[in-house]
Amino acid sequence: MGSQTFDKNVEAVFESVGVTRRDFMKFCGAMAAILGLPPVFASRIANAIEREIPFAGEKRPSVLWLNLQSCTGCTESFTRSDHPSIAEAVLTMISLDYHETLLAASGKSACQACESAMEENRGKYILVVEGAVPVSDDGTFCTIAGKSGVEYLKNMSEKAAFVIALGTCASYGGLPAAKPNPTAAQSVDEFVSPKTVVRIPGCPPIGDVLMATIVHFLFFGKLPALDSENRPQFAYGKYIHEQCRRHYHFENAEMVLGFNDDEYRGGYCLFPLGCKGAFTKNACSVMRWNMGTAWCVGSGHPCVGCSEKDFWDKFTPIYSLVEGRNPK
Amino acid sequence: MTRLVIDPVTRIEGHLRIEAEVDSGLVKKAWASGTMFRGLELILKGRDPRDAWYFVQRICSVCTAVHAIASVRAVENALGITIPENAQLIRNLIEAMQYIHDHVMHFYHLHALDWVDVTSALNADPKKTSQLQESISDWPRSNPRYFQDVKDRLETFVDSGQLGIFANGYWGHPAYKLPPEADLLAVAHYINALDWQKSVSRFIAILGGRHPCPNFLVGGMATAINPDSDQALNASRLILMKELLQEAQDFVEKVYFPDVLAIASFYPEWTKLGEGLGNFLACGDFQLDGPKVDDSRRVGSSTTRRDPVDKAGNMFFPSGVIWNRKIEEVKKFNQEQITEYVSRSWYTYSDGSTDAKHPFDGETNPKYTGPKPPYDFLTVDEKYSWIKSPRYDGKPVEVGPLARVLVAYGMGQKQITDLVDKSIRQLGVGKEALFSTLGRTLARAIETVALMDEIWGWYNKFVVNIGAGDYTTANTEKWEPSTWPAEAQGVGFVDAPRGALGHWIKIKNGKIDHYQMVVPTTWNASPPDPSGQIGAYEASLVGTPVVDADKPIEVLRTIHSFDPCIACAVHVHDAGKKKIKSAGIMP
Ligand code: SF4
Ligand code: SF4
Repeated sequence: MGSQTFDKNVEAVFESVGVTRRDFMKFCGAMAAILGLPPVFASRIANAIEREIPFAGEKRPSVLWLNLQSCTGCTESFTRSDHPSIAEAVLTMISLDYHETLLAASGKSACQACESAMEENRGKYILVVEGAVPVSDDGTFCTIAGKSGVEYLKNMSEKAAFVIALGTCASYGGLPAAKPNPTAAQSVDEFVSPKTVVRIPGCPPIGDVLMATIVHFLFFGKLPALDSENRPQFAYGKYIHEQCRRHYHFENAEMVLGFNDDEYRGGYCLFPLGCKGAFTKNACSVMRWNMGTAWCVGSGHPCVGCSEKDFWDKFTPIYSLVEGRNPK
Repeated sequence: MTRLVIDPVTRIEGHLRIEAEVDSGLVKKAWASGTMFRGLELILKGRDPRDAWYFVQRICSVCTAVHAIASVRAVENALGITIPENAQLIRNLIEAMQYIHDHVMHFYHLHALDWVDVTSALNADPKKTSQLQESISDWPRSNPRYFQDVKDRLETFVDSGQLGIFANGYWGHPAYKLPPEADLLAVAHYINALDWQKSVSRFIAILGGRHPCPNFLVGGMATAINPDSDQALNASRLILMKELLQEAQDFVEKVYFPDVLAIASFYPEWTKLGEGLGNFLACGDFQLDGPKVDDSRRVGSSTTRRDPVDKAGNMFFPSGVIWNRKIEEVKKFNQEQITEYVSRSWYTYSDGSTDAKHPFDGETNPKYTGPKPPYDFLTVDEKYSWIKSPRYDGKPVEVGPLARVLVAYGMGQKQITDLVDKSIRQLGVGKEALFSTLGRTLARAIETVALMDEIWGWYNKFVVNIGAGDYTTANTEKWEPSTWPAEAQGVGFVDAPRGALGHWIKIKNGKIDHYQMVVPTTWNASPPDPSGQIGAYEASLVGTPVVDADKPIEVLRTIHSFDPCIACAVHVHDAGKKKIKSAGIMP
């Protein structure tokens, strides 16, 4: 939204960018759900926004996105987010000033775009990092524009307001760091102190969780409450298992023993097939994926625990129980 | 002579660097380098083969289904597992929708800005854009008011001075040839496609739990079907799938395909540029006759197995090899002919040899010998990439949509042949126009339309099966490792959106002993082999005009026409200790 369209009348503002009142209320409802607030908060959020739209008429906050040792799954997931959609977010809410997967400019022009965004938004931009950081062999396992990924990360994080480590790789090292960690891959927080690093783990994470974190920052001017691992509480506050629709089967010891059993098709508990929902904090069983359409257990596959630290080693083999751990 | 460097190459998956020598405005020589490495095959060694798909799926989550499918196929091939028909159908449905999703997103979000000047759309007359829209299809969003609205939004965005992902683009470059009205049309569809993709991805999530990274299973699919439950795939999910298919098809037929043809018509010179090798390979995919994996495909100790994708004629995309543009002479594809060199890549073979190795016998160790960062130029006369050099019968080939379309055309596959003929007629060019940058872009759109039609058949069959009470999605007879032979080996192929993909696995005592992958972008982006034969990217760039070395949009057009996926292309083979004769894999 440019300053010329700034208007205290929220409907006019939203209409000017093609958002109807209905869309807007839907958005507030979704935001309330994402933030873990009861539905009544939808209207309160709407009121709060109507009174003052923190991001209307002002510069859209700059977001820079650094892709290191990743599979681009976090980016893909981000583009699947529902409220706001990626188009809405990028055109009207944030200024995505650097993202190699989407940026029009390449090479030198891309580097210039990145540098000027860092200068102009010094101390104010949000840095999102996707992928792990390889450090062995002078960082040559990941280079961009002839510089090592580690250098890029240090440089880009220095002037950031805060850093979001998106996905399990950036949060904890993830797949590249799985045994035997051939490239000495590490998590993002090892390199950016004293900056705050918000972890949004998941392999990949739910795109809406990133969006909600950014929106929280836009609305309230601060980060959402974080847990001891710096994960947003609204998404990582509970174990998957606690909110799984199969939980009553778990309590009744109604278990699935094979992928071709009647119990499997009856929606019984997948724990014996290796489900790690009891040890995994994430929003999947409540928020679900792809516009709330589905999630792993909902469609019939055990939770692999993809948002937990070291799950690649700690929670594998996938279809086995975790030694020495029992669900609550 | 100017040395051109493009790093990072954006609007691709992963980390790619292009260096080129430009003389008198033309590329004389080019080098493509993959600059990121993770070492997945090393990580896989010693793990449970049933887990492999989950690991390799993270090679790349853009084409997020294909490595997982290749992996479960390789394991099933090794263990002699036949999957139920529903599982085959679900895999086809997921893979086909992945193609459609991927190709549309590639065109609008990764490739279009090479042809579309976003800022020029601000000069468009929305009424004329509306007329243009109505002349190319009956897509309902064609009202002048709609395009006025898009233009207004774009204006607001540009006036804000915060151009975000469009900042510093090559806007105003003389290579942009579209009239402003077509630019506005494309910008509108760029935004529409962003919304469309998030919606149609739900189709995959229904079957696989989420997208990206849907779930798979060795022996079938982990998709619970039960029409009498609200916790499984039931009629309500099936109707949602149908609606999503329709939504996908409308966009493909009324927006994507007509847009590709319309935009291509303004760039006729790009049907003559960017050809590359003239050699093409397709491994084929989408089995049509159900999952009849006969016993002759058993591996383990048996040596009478046939290659799982070598039943030409029963796949929607046939397999085959074309040499020197000879479309009418499609040769049989035989995976035995695949080998890989590392002579110009940052790896070594422990025997010190520079010979190529078949993926079953191959082994590689990463050893970076490039310049210490920060560097200005790579040492392109030595090793210069994390990407290796696969060769077929000793020669470089191109893989991907163009290879598939040409092979299908050569073999007379009807849907593809009809679409190719129709498209080139509409563009007023001959078949030779396919051997080009735009040929690749057009082939991608053609196969999307063809698949979009075909997918309905799989969907209908799936519904019929469920109606007949068949809810089986997994064969669990060989789920327990105790049922496996002590040693087994297998191969799985997928002709992925970006091209032919193979996974080779050796299983020993229930664990992965050896895992190797030969990946589409590795074929296309490979450095030269010891005899100096270059790969498809480097070949296709020779002769490319570059008007302004600081704004090398022409180079990007050709590179993007391949749809690079660099995370896929870079991988390392583990050193399998015991050699199992690869003759066992002969067709
Ligand atoms: S173990 Fe898994 S399937 Fe069972 S109740 Fe917990 S989360 Fe749900
Ligand atoms: S359900 Fe488990 S495995 Fe699936 S996305 Fe959520 S945390 Fe990851």
